[in-house]
Amino acid sequence: MSVVEQSITSRMRRRKLINSAFVALCVATASVSVLILIVLLTSIVTTGLKHLDLAFLTSFPSRNPEEAGLKAAIWGSIGICAVCAVVSLPLGVGTAVFLEEFKPKSRWERAIHRFVDLNIRNLAGVPSIVYGIIALTAFVQMFGVFGNLNEPAWTFGATYYDEYSLSDGEVGYLRADSRDAPAAELAAGSVVEMLTYEGASIEVGVVGDFDAFFDAEEAGTVPPVVVAGEDSYRGERRAWYYLQLPFGRGVLAGGLTLMLVILPVVIISASEALRAVPNSLREGALAAGATRWQMVWKMTLPCAVPGIMTGSILAMSRAIGEAAPILVIAGGLVFVAFTPGHLMDEFTAMPLQIYNWASRPQEEFHNVAASGIIVLLAVLFVFNAVAVIIRQLFQKPLQ
Amino acid sequence: MIHHHSTDEAVAMQDVPETSQPDPGSGGGSNPLSQVVQRAMADRGGEHGPADTALVVRDLSCWYSAFKALHSINMDIPDNRVTALIGPSGCGKSTFLRWINRMNDLIPGARVEGKLELHGLDLLSRELDVVDLRRRVGMVFQKPNPFPKSIYDNVAFGPRLHRKMRKSETDDLVERSLRKGALWDEVKDRLNQSALGLSGGQQQRLCIARAIAVSPEVLLMDEPCSALDPQATLRIEELIRDLREQYTIVIVTHNMQQAARVSDQTAFFYEGKLIEAGKTLDIFTNPQNKQTEEYVTGRFG
Repeated sequence: MSVVEQSITSRMRRRKLINSAFVALCVATASVSVLILIVLLTSIVTTGLKHLDLAFLTSFPSRNPEEAGLKAAIWGSIGICAVCAVVSLPLGVGTAVFLEEFKPKSRWERAIHRFVDLNIRNLAGVPSIVYGIIALTAFVQMFGVFGNLNEPAWTFGATYYDEYSLSDGEVGYLRADSRDAPAAELAAGSVVEMLTYEGASIEVGVVGDFDAFFDAEEAGTVPPVVVAGEDSYRGERRAWYYLQLPFGRGVLAGGLTLMLVILPVVIISASEALRAVPNSLREGALAAGATRWQMVWKMTLPCAVPGIMTGSILAMSRAIGEAAPILVIAGGLVFVAFTPGHLMDEFTAMPLQIYNWASRPQEEFHNVAASGIIVLLAVLFVFNAVAVIIRQLFQKPLQ
Repeated sequence: MIHHHSTDEAVAMQDVPETSQPDPGSGGGSNPLSQVVQRAMADRGGEHGPADTALVVRDLSCWYSAFKALHSINMDIPDNRVTALIGPSGCGKSTFLRWINRMNDLIPGARVEGKLELHGLDLLSRELDVVDLRRRVGMVFQKPNPFPKSIYDNVAFGPRLHRKMRKSETDDLVERSLRKGALWDEVKDRLNQSALGLSGGQQQRLCIARAIAVSPEVLLMDEPCSALDPQATLRIEELIRDLREQYTIVIVTHNMQQAARVSDQTAFFYEGKLIEAGKTLDIFTNPQNKQTEEYVTGRFG
């Protein structure tokens, strides 16, 4: 064997060794993240699974960890994500259409266009808690322009009433004209129509004092009655369409906050989807006599819909897992034992509830938090699966 | 230098090639293209009489930002004839074509001067309704660009943009357009299948049918066969010959054989200038300009 061949052979062995070492290194680095994920998932599942049942999904939070459930948080998350989707989809797609399909021709307009484009890309990297703080002033308090949170300057869909305790232990309600209207003067002996809480009206007599009440009772005349001059409590009922300014710490403000967080992501993914539509299709549509609008509506948007949907769903899966901005605008209000009844209603969300449970000192609540995490992960998994399915089923070749 | 053969002049020179045939290399009269032109003319039943002018081009210059792409083009394009624009790449023939339906509006920095009229309509006016113009001037592109829709919807796309149509009306129009596009027999049983499933040649004929569906006056074709195989090219050329009865066709082509086969009039562009325009027969048999002669005989370009 010649010297040259010998050196080639010895080098060959070394090269092959380095090659296999490199492959091993790649496998090792890839395994690290997979291993960490497996460890995390198993620890979550083992601690969370024993608490996870149907009752967990259908009961409200409780001071007793055995009874604590995720119902309020699930409905809160559904509420804010629905608001977020309804607002951010049209805004995001509209902006993307402007950026991609209406590129201006003049130099100055193009500079502005580029500036907007660049800024949107930068916004995608802003920490979400910053959006929470912006939303707190812009949506929750509305810069204080409409008064403070307890006395909203404008309301719609609320009815006001005075609450009286009746002689039979029930509660009666007498309608008031507005929040600030004085309570009705109930003269002795008058009979007024009052409402039960459910809305059915009953006639209630009003008596002057307790003696008169006992007299009336002996005579067999209509209990229940209200004692005249008794203090009433001014309450309000809000319909499902209740609105107010400022928005307050409600579902609407929560949804708009998430909208701020994911809007840049939606815009960017929709832009990418539109950019993937070949220019020849635009030229074809225009050459057939389409206006810009017809070109967008009948050609580019339909072609880009699968891409836009995929991107938006992934953005929504980010929104549903956001805790920080929601924590800021919900103001630490985490013991919510009701589902939101209208857009201004206070709420909690899944990540917020999980955070709350995890930060309690009792060990049992940590298990409850793990159960919450499993539910949240399951939701995220479904979102991602839907995105993949849409991409596989509807993404057609365009040329 | 620009030569304009008047129609009469061209008719008068009709039998020039036969007389100059035995003289190879002198004036290009014997080059194979002249035979192609003559054969093509014979196929069409000889020379056609004078035609009205569809497009009048006067001193048309155009710039892309600082680059001057067209230098003072003067030309008449006749009605119901095929006009071929030939010349090497980058000579401005496609640019010229895309001013006729104002597709250049899409290009930032594109600017134009001069006169371009379609039957008296000023095509370069700022007030021109380009949407209406594009209804009157259809276009077929270099690469077939069927929409990712069904064959039926491709053809119905244009007409539906312009007006509401009943189903039966649309059906008729689709059939008529596909017949004119010489595609009906091949696709009539699968109108609802995706147009992307067609072969390249079929796709291009679909694009022609789609352009025809809005009943344009003028059809612009930007190298319609350059992405197709010879068989498909032949079918498109046959189609162009059939369509010239009803439409004014302007076709950009790199293929001189093709220009010779399908066109009545040919214009030779070089470096943004119109070097020579005239009857196809004259351009290929008796070019007045040295550059034209060298180009059509394949000595440069």
